[in-house]
Amino acid sequence: MPSPGLPAVAVDGVSKTFRLPHERVHTLKERALHPFRGKSHEQFPALADVSFAVDGGEFFGIVGRNGSGKSTLLKCLAGIYAADRGRIYVNGRMSTFIELGVGFNDDLPARDNVMINATMLGLSPREARRRYDAVIDFAELHEFEDLKLKNYSSGMEVRLAFSVMMQVDAEVLLIDEVLAVGDAAFQQKCFDEFARIRRQGRTVLLVTHDMGNVQRFCHRAMLLERGRVVELGEPDHVAARYLEVNFLRESAARDGDEPSESGRYGDRRAEIVEAWFEDEAGERAATLPSGRRCAFAFAVRFHEPVEDPLFGVVLADDRGNPVFEASNARLPGAGAFAAGDAATVRIAFDNVLSSGRYEATPAIARGGSGVAWIDRRERLASVVVTGTRPTDAVLDLPFELEIGARERR
Amino acid sequence: MPVSGADATLGRQIKGPSAVGSDPRRFWHLTRALAVTEFKLRFFGSVLGYAWQVMRPLLLFGVLYVLFTQVIKIGGDVPLYGVALLLGLVLYTFFSEATGSAVTSIVDRENLVRKIEFPRLAVPMSVVLTALFNLALNLGVVVVFLLASGGSVRWSWLQLVPLVAILVVLAAGLAMLLSATYVRARDMRPIWDVVLQVLFYGSPIFYAIETVQQSAPDWVAKALMLNPFAAVLQQARHAVVSPEYETAASAIGGAPRLLIPLAIVAGIFAFGYAVFRKAAPRLAEDL
Repeated sequence: MPSPGLPAVAVDGVSKTFRLPHERVHTLKERALHPFRGKSHEQFPALADVSFAVDGGEFFGIVGRNGSGKSTLLKCLAGIYAADRGRIYVNGRMSTFIELGVGFNDDLPARDNVMINATMLGLSPREARRRYDAVIDFAELHEFEDLKLKNYSSGMEVRLAFSVMMQVDAEVLLIDEVLAVGDAAFQQKCFDEFARIRRQGRTVLLVTHDMGNVQRFCHRAMLLERGRVVELGEPDHVAARYLEVNFLRESAARDGDEPSESGRYGDRRAEIVEAWFEDEAGERAATLPSGRRCAFAFAVRFHEPVEDPLFGVVLADDRGNPVFEASNARLPGAGAFAAGDAATVRIAFDNVLSSGRYEATPAIARGGSGVAWIDRRERLASVVVTGTRPTDAVLDLPFELEIGARERR
Repeated sequence: MPVSGADATLGRQIKGPSAVGSDPRRFWHLTRALAVTEFKLRFFGSVLGYAWQVMRPLLLFGVLYVLFTQVIKIGGDVPLYGVALLLGLVLYTFFSEATGSAVTSIVDRENLVRKIEFPRLAVPMSVVLTALFNLALNLGVVVVFLLASGGSVRWSWLQLVPLVAILVVLAAGLAMLLSATYVRARDMRPIWDVVLQVLFYGSPIFYAIETVQQSAPDWVAKALMLNPFAAVLQQARHAVVSPEYETAASAIGGAPRLLIPLAIVAGIFAFGYAVFRKAAPRLAEDL
């Protein structure tokens, strides 16, 4: 039974290291032939000194990239893995949902599967029988309760699994990314159910990498990176930090690549030397907050004289769709440049992009008809836009929404 | 947010998976649920359904019975040889089914072990329980054959209860040992297949211990009785089939010597439990 005033979940200095054998010794014969081989293994620290506390009734998000340790943490909390060091306390009855429908068997009808699943999740057979009708009601599967599970559509199966999960009256729920399943209507139903759980004051720990869900449901969230807690607090704050960490690491990996000449066109009478983004203050930046003024700039050096060149840039999102183009094509001529001249081109704009990665392709071309590239370097610079408003759209424009007062007769 | 050291006040501590867990009722519910599922699945999709559970041994035993009592008269002057053979087969089937499917049981239920916290021991124990369901049905069929062959209902049949219990303890011990070992050493399965074969021919199933006593030196029959399975089977034949069969005590050469097979059973169970308990917290990682 939960005692008031105590944290629902308390985690104190939990560490977990996996031993990854270099060569997996799986048979006795191999072990007998190579007695020492099995001893060499790598240590992989999955969690390092993780501490946090979740209050009763809190909806707590655990976020992180793949391999950041969030699933290992969940399994330690659930008692599936034993932590190497540290202590975990749970106050109240706990249920884990790492996968929907654990123990489901295709060859059995819904009734049997509900019983098995509910028993696995901690109900006694009597409780399971008593709640069976409620499960079937929630799943809306009355006509199909005697159908074998293999004849269910995947959506129906998910609905059934989710219903069982909801009927296991746990005070503390550990949930791993099982939200994003089923059709839109069912998803909505699940979200409604989550909102209900939230109102009921149950404690939920949700492991996810969907920042939308974090911002939508969580009271607080925690960001894990390489097994360590790097941020803990407001969901908006954690979500922004997540995007930053997520994309920065990607660009760091990319920067390590050899500079490639592919995707570079032009006669090189002038050269684009480098390109970068600037934030509101004019500082070079790898991330830009949405909704602020910012700029893209690139430096050019001329090897031969060029008259009235065109400077431009195309910004594309991570799927390669161009989202923004800017150039001086319709502006007064840029004038003449001599060999040896250097110039910096700066394009300032209001950042109305939604969060995500964007890549810039700067180019210099000769004016006049047709396209004659002097230098065009594809995806030379990239930037991560961090927005706090979840949106699937490319733009995050400021807007006002008005609902006219309904007139009453 | 560091948490202060006042352990007792912070609620239940999560220590990771264990063999039996803290709630014996949950352990039993899970074991039963897993066993019942397995039992239901066996004859899934067949028209006769559960009837096969009885039909199969009935048909198989019928053939064996006719073969060994009418065609190949191996039994000779052994009383009710056919029924004694069936009883031996039924007990052996239980033993080989319980231990044989226990070997791979943890690996087969990988998705449960890796996805949910539950007392790990429920997995091998459910396999033994499923085999026990089948044993109960098969024993019913043996009784039919026994009465049809002129056997009679006797109070000594009740001895079956402790005898089967001993066999269950033995099978459970081996199930724990084998299922935990197989996770890291996959050659446990071929090894155990061979052991089961040896056990089959090394136990008086097809032959009677009386035949061994007549044709081999005195000590051979006594040595065979050291095998707990053989001792249980011998006593069961005496108690169920016909009192003309020797008791296990006399076949081994005195009741005190029965302590040896009993000690083997207890030892295997204790060892199996110790191995499983040590392996239980890491099963999910080692899979």
